Amino acid sequence: MSVHDLRGPVDPRVDRFFDLPPVDVRELKVARSGGQRLWDQSVVRKTVILVLLVVAWEVVARVQNNPLMLPSAMETASALWHGLASGVLLARVSASLSVLLKGFALGALLALALTTLAVSTRIGRDLLTTLTSMFSPLPAIALLPLALLWFGLGEASLIFVLVHSVLWAMAINIHAGFQGVSETLRMAGRNYGLKGLRYVAFILIPAALPALLAGLKIGWAFAWRTLIAAELVFGASSGKGGLGWYIFQNRNELYTDNVFAGLVVVIVIGLLVENTVFDSVERLTVKRWGMVR
Amino acid sequence: MSIALRKRHPMGEAPLDREAYSPANTSVAASTPRLAVDNVTLEYRTRQHVVKATQQVSFNVQEGDRFVLLGPSGCGKSTLLKAIAGFLTPAEGSIRLDGHTIHGPGPDRIVVFQEFDQLPPWKTVKQNVMFPLLASRTLGRKAAEQRALETLEKVGLGRFANAYPHTLSGGMKQRVAIARALAMRPRVLLMDEPFAALDALTRRKMQEELLALWQQEGFTLLFVTHSIEEAQIIGNRVLLLSPHPGRVRAELGCADDSLHSLGSEATKARTQTIHRLLFENEVAP
Repeated sequence: MSVHDLRGPVDPRVDRFFDLPPVDVRELKVARSGGQRLWDQSVVRKTVILVLLVVAWEVVARVQNNPLMLPSAMETASALWHGLASGVLLARVSASLSVLLKGFALGALLALALTTLAVSTRIGRDLLTTLTSMFSPLPAIALLPLALLWFGLGEASLIFVLVHSVLWAMAINIHAGFQGVSETLRMAGRNYGLKGLRYVAFILIPAALPALLAGLKIGWAFAWRTLIAAELVFGASSGKGGLGWYIFQNRNELYTDNVFAGLVVVIVIGLLVENTVFDSVERLTVKRWGMVR
Repeated sequence: MSIALRKRHPMGEAPLDREAYSPANTSVAASTPRLAVDNVTLEYRTRQHVVKATQQVSFNVQEGDRFVLLGPSGCGKSTLLKAIAGFLTPAEGSIRLDGHTIHGPGPDRIVVFQEFDQLPPWKTVKQNVMFPLLASRTLGRKAAEQRALETLEKVGLGRFANAYPHTLSGGMKQRVAIARALAMRPRVLLMDEPFAALDALTRRKMQEELLALWQQEGFTLLFVTHSIEEAQIIGNRVLLLSPHPGRVRAELGCADDSLHSLGSEATKARTQTIHRLLFENEVAP
């Protein structure tokens, strides 16, 4: 049984000292190659993915060789060009987008109001969780017949189903974001005398912005799906339709290339919004603040 | 317009500040302590129980004090600080600031937390320091910006005014938090183990800087720590709390202990005394 002495036995090693010569500063930082820096750009990587997908589509379509079932990328591009040149497609897109933006904005505002209520009071939270669990699983399209009955044929019915599809998904996201705000940050805000709406506006919303933006993205996607689906059903009986109606009409007349052109427009708008609007907002906010990578 | 304002108030905000800061102004302090904690019992609720965190704790903090709450974890010192900040309501007893019972959080008691995420990441360093000034409507935007820059200069972060918090090191973030608190010129500055998450070298540097700031400004400080050494360095008075529930074990003066006296016999003796007071009831292993 031995007791360890903290000082230990005599250590034969001697103390050592080094003089550090100055370092050449240029060696500390070496430039990376142009190719590497190019590949760092997400635009470049995403473009490569898109080009590969289009090439794959073209190859499959040529092998199938059945334009009625699967028009090739080139045929779709030409149909798209004709649609755009004649102005029909643009009119359809603007009709769809205008309804879409109205429904989306209204849904987002309602979601924000509902979640603000939910973080302010206990009964508000119960209201939100009950409503979301009731209505979130309910498909918007299932409400369309009811909407038509209540609001008649027209924009109001579409906006109603759009709000329904956007509201609950966004509310769940925003609420989750609010609940995830750190206790320290909450206390810091309250410490400075922030209460009620100012507290929500100055602390909760910016702190939960990553979740808010995720909610906006999901809401945007849900809104598109619902709108196109609703127009497929409902645009048929309305005078001026949107993109969904354009797709439906051309399918009936077996212009499959036009159907593809309509779908491509939906995809392109989705890509544009994601890569310009949402990307810039993220770059200017949450990425700049170091809240997301 | 600023000229007109200056004419109407020739002294600016100087008189108010001097009153808030000067440790020499003891005539008022002798009668009404800056902070009076009177028989405070604090409880927190879990699902099944009501747990007593502190029991009938009393102490007074005078103007210009560097008052330290010291105790092992579980003695309720942080809970006590939260109650003084107004985040908790005492189950019993009262907390008075300048003779007025406190109700809820307020910008007259700014807290510096231990956690680095106390700085909103969406605000730059300067905006962070301006935030409480604007949120509490203490100053207008122009004046707040000026005071923020002045205070940042004092903590040595003038160059980083436009940086975002995530680009700063832990020590720098805490310095921003301290600057943010000082800019408000609170009646009492509350610090909840502000240096506990820093590495030892940075912590030592921050302690020196805090003391240097106090020498400049003479603010009233209430400081929570679990390190005996830190308590002796920072404080001029130390309140020792016993664990489970937190009760006052002793209140000692330790103004003589400093960073430079750590090796001295008197300081070592006081360390021994504090250690004995805190741990004497524990069974030796």
